[in-house]
Amino acid sequence: MNKPLNIGKNGLLSNNVTLGMLLLKLRTFIALIILLIIFSFITPNFLSATNFVMMSKHVAQYALLAIGMTFVIVSGGIDLSVGSIVGLSGMIAGGLIYEGLVLPMFGVAIFFSVPVIIIITLILGVLIGAVNGFLVSRLNVPPFIATLGVMYMARGFAMIRSGGETFPNLIGKPELGNTGFPILGTGLFLGIPVAVWTLIILGIIAAYVFKKTPLGNHVYAIGGNSRAAELSGVRVNRVKILVYMFSGFCCAIVGLIVSSQLVASHPATGESWEMNAIAAAVLGGTSLSGGIGTIGGTIIGAFVIGILSDGMVMLGVSEFWQMVIKGFVIVLAVVVDQIQRDLQKKAVLQTRNAA
Amino acid sequence: MSGQEHANIQENEICLTAKNITKVYPGTVALNNVDFNIYRGKVNALIGENGAGKSTLMKILAGVEQPSEGSIYLNGKEILLYNTRDAAAKGIGIIHQELNLFPNLNVAQNIFMAHENVKCGFHLDQKKHLETARELMGRLEQNIDPDALVGDLRVGQQQIVEIAKTMALQNLQVLIMDEPTSSLSAPEVEVLFKIIKELKEQGVSIVYISHRLEEVKRIGDYITILRDGHKVVETKVATIDVPWIIKQMVGRETLKIDKTHQVCADQELLRVEAITLPRVGGGYTLDRVSLKLRPGEILGIYGLLGAGRTELIETLMGLHPEAQGCVYLEGQKCKLDKVCVFKQIKLGFAHIPEDRQREGLVQVLSIEQNLALSSLKNYAKGFHIQNQVMEESVIQTIRELEIKVSNKKLSINSLSGGNQQKVVIGKGLLTKPKVLLLDEPTRGIDVGAKTDVFQIMDHLAAQGMGIIFVASELKEIMAVSDRIIVMSNGVVTGEFEGADITEEALVTASSIGHGTSKMKNIV
Repeated sequence: MNKPLNIGKNGLLSNNVTLGMLLLKLRTFIALIILLIIFSFITPNFLSATNFVMMSKHVAQYALLAIGMTFVIVSGGIDLSVGSIVGLSGMIAGGLIYEGLVLPMFGVAIFFSVPVIIIITLILGVLIGAVNGFLVSRLNVPPFIATLGVMYMARGFAMIRSGGETFPNLIGKPELGNTGFPILGTGLFLGIPVAVWTLIILGIIAAYVFKKTPLGNHVYAIGGNSRAAELSGVRVNRVKILVYMFSGFCCAIVGLIVSSQLVASHPATGESWEMNAIAAAVLGGTSLSGGIGTIGGTIIGAFVIGILSDGMVMLGVSEFWQMVIKGFVIVLAVVVDQIQRDLQKKAVLQTRNAA
Repeated sequence: MSGQEHANIQENEICLTAKNITKVYPGTVALNNVDFNIYRGKVNALIGENGAGKSTLMKILAGVEQPSEGSIYLNGKEILLYNTRDAAAKGIGIIHQELNLFPNLNVAQNIFMAHENVKCGFHLDQKKHLETARELMGRLEQNIDPDALVGDLRVGQQQIVEIAKTMALQNLQVLIMDEPTSSLSAPEVEVLFKIIKELKEQGVSIVYISHRLEEVKRIGDYITILRDGHKVVETKVATIDVPWIIKQMVGRETLKIDKTHQVCADQELLRVEAITLPRVGGGYTLDRVSLKLRPGEILGIYGLLGAGRTELIETLMGLHPEAQGCVYLEGQKCKLDKVCVFKQIKLGFAHIPEDRQREGLVQVLSIEQNLALSSLKNYAKGFHIQNQVMEESVIQTIRELEIKVSNKKLSINSLSGGNQQKVVIGKGLLTKPKVLLLDEPTRGIDVGAKTDVFQIMDHLAAQGMGIIFVASELKEIMAVSDRIIVMSNGVVTGEFEGADITEEALVTASSIGHGTSKMKNIV
């Protein structure tokens, strides 16, 4: 890739550069296709419908978290509390179904219907996100530290909620009017899991907000140059809080989906999932220094991570080697990203000089 | 014409006036009881040396900073500006001196940032943005694609985008331009002047800050001169000339330093040949800069902001390995592409950086630790620091430089600006340099400390050290230097010695070459 840089303005080799650039830009997508091809050749049942449904559910979990994470990272922050919020929201929803809202002073427990429980859980996720955002924007705590603290706190509350126990059998009781929770995780609509539908809808909304609304523009602006954003009149603090709230919202959705899939909620659910979310965003071309990233890229990144993990499990790769390979892929992605940016810069210089 | 008369005639034409503005920063008074009038539909030039308070005053008018005291009246009514949104809502726009753009977004997005056009309350009207941006570029006679990433544009083009940003503002009443031409080429400057004329005809009042006095003479209607945070004078541009402006800017009282050092005229300590440093956005920050330094000589380097002075110093110090050219220290060649700061210090360079707080000192360390930072290995036996040896050197330096310290173990922040600066100098001196590179060593320190710093420089020169001294204040650089080199846009535009050193000569040389062929995109 180094040679074509020295050549003329619009020769054949220039086209090679553009083609090469295009390939580089689409690298994650290409990697995804290569992964799919490899796994479908060497793993029997990889292409079976049941396997696809299972994999798509996993991918949806990663992708939903990664979408929220992308907003945060593009705004120049990071959210480490993602996995814990997943765990806590699962525990809240699970607890409300299993034992209801216990009010000891009245000696009663109130049971809500499933839609109400879902709304309560989502609001809770948003509120935890708001705490993150408040710490980061108003109190000027570095995002890494703020969300690290919230990560521990949310995990702690998840454990406290049940004393470390699992809320099992979240089917609900018809006489209490709280049945139907498992549909979220196991239900199909038009043959596609509800979790995947959620991803599709949320993905479209997120991509739209990112590219077509002032809010999305402001997120990019803050990540690109937060001082300039402030001076341009962007409400930097407000946007930052919104971004963390959205991430919390995504976590709550995943928390609901996961406990619904298992028909149980365990307080340790979601441990280290923030790392998968960050990895998916980075694989999808999001820059950790902020200002660069797309929802489409992140979703593809989530597919790569999800399919790589599931494929390796099916292949029987040892768990330890899975970690090594995953780590290698992530680092490789960032290295290639840097190379692409350098090449792009040079190409721009070149065209500018040619003009 | 007396000020009283002036006010009476012009009163109904004043669009915005700032009264008794004082701005205090920790340790310095940036503005002291300054009045500033902006006349409607006129170009109001604001002139002063670096650090005179121009940018601070403009930031206050644009809502970026709040004044410690004083009030602002727009069309006779007092207004309060808490942030840039308030100012924008009242029709006050600003083009900042340093570019405030988003390199990761395209031109149209940059132009409409925070005042986007939307459909249904949330949907960005990107088509309109692109169209309007294209139209603005047309008015600015620029061939810039509104869809291009701003980070990919060269600096001059980015400046154009910055200008377009304010032109897209609705109900613009006052437009503040803080050195808008500093990175524009000559044709671009002409376009800007045309735009200014158009805006004036539309009744927009313009505040124009520039160091290029010819420009001010050409397009200014009124001129206000600031010096050291005070307003010196306000008058009509038509009644005055450039030498008069310089005199007002610099002030009458001269700085007197007793020179004890002697230049060894026949020897050569440092020779720099054709240093070239490419600029990220295209063109050069330093373009074939050559100079010589003799032992015992204080060489002043004068120039406007962005002339390349700091970069020259940094290149000599090994901070820009991408630079090309030759440097000879005592006849010995050192390669510029393989240098690093560590090696340069070992060779005998010491650097006093421009930004004392950020680059000169480690805030969390004590006075002693800061002083000894560059020369630690002189006190070490193996990897063990011999505290006693270190303390001796530190105490000696404190005494020699007359740093006012009650206890050398105290935090560096317990010192005044002037004494902090002496610590930075002391840190450099402890490495036993042959060449001392001082970048704006008197910025933000009081007059007494300034004199101290100059005397230290004189002493060091008397011991045979060569000193390169970058300064923005004419008075200072003229008082201290044996010889002065003037830079402009990365090129040496003048060299003056002895009686040739005059204020006018320096100012003239410092604006040579602006807006000529500097953007010849050869990388």
